[in-house]
Amino acid sequence: MTQRPLSPHLQIYKPMLSMTMSILHRITGLGLALGMFGFVWWLSAAATSDGYFDLVQGLLKSWFGQLVLFGMTWALMHHMLGGLRHFVWDTGHGFALPTVEWLVRANLIGSVVLTILIWVIAYGVRP
Amino acid sequence: MSMKTELGKVRGLGSAHDGTEHFRMQRLTAVSNFPLAIYLVYFIVAHVGHSRQAVLTSAKNPFCAIALSLAVISTFWHMKLGIQMVIEDYVHGTAKKLMALLLNTFFAFALAALALFAILKMNFGV
Repeated sequence: MTQRPLSPHLQIYKPMLSMTMSILHRITGLGLALGMFGFVWWLSAAATSDGYFDLVQGLLKSWFGQLVLFGMTWALMHHMLGGLRHFVWDTGHGFALPTVEWLVRANLIGSVVLTILIWVIAYGVRP
Repeated sequence: MSMKTELGKVRGLGSAHDGTEHFRMQRLTAVSNFPLAIYLVYFIVAHVGHSRQAVLTSAKNPFCAIALSLAVISTFWHMKLGIQMVIEDYVHGTAKKLMALLLNTFFAFALAALALFAILKMNFGV
């Protein structure tokens, strides 16, 4: 390959909230794709046998399993609110820098609040 | 002389070979994911620590079975489109990119089929 200088990439920019959120949107999306492996494994186990389900459910029930599931819930909420932000931008609104900063903060706070809310509801209203 | 319009002559000839289909489906599945993905994660969290029988009882509820199936279709479709975009951005070289895109599509369909089969088996299997 010809050795030519590359144009400057991400590293020349000062990290900004909006940029970090954009990267985080992709990372949470990819993370959720990995989480889907776990979901399908768990669901298939439930469709298979008592013994096999106990094994998978045991992993999910452990502190580590619940931590991962909590993380996945947060990733989903973060990615979802990020998507909502993109819907606002799709309409051509919310591009002013103060608005972007506000949206980013709302996204971060909202994702944590919604994650806790889902867990409280899921543990409160159990089938 | 062709009667095709100017637009008709060039449609599909851009480097992407298609139009806004990817963008539109990404947005459409994003909208359907709002209720469905929340339901999906609620379903899992609500069953942490429960017996297999409890999960089966829930999965046999028609509302649960249909909502879960729709959630599987919607989320996997969205996932396929999203990972496709990441691959197109970061995987270079025609062969490598093509292989990654193929694997992404197969991976999404295989996992979705497995999940739908599990739901059907819990409802109609033994």
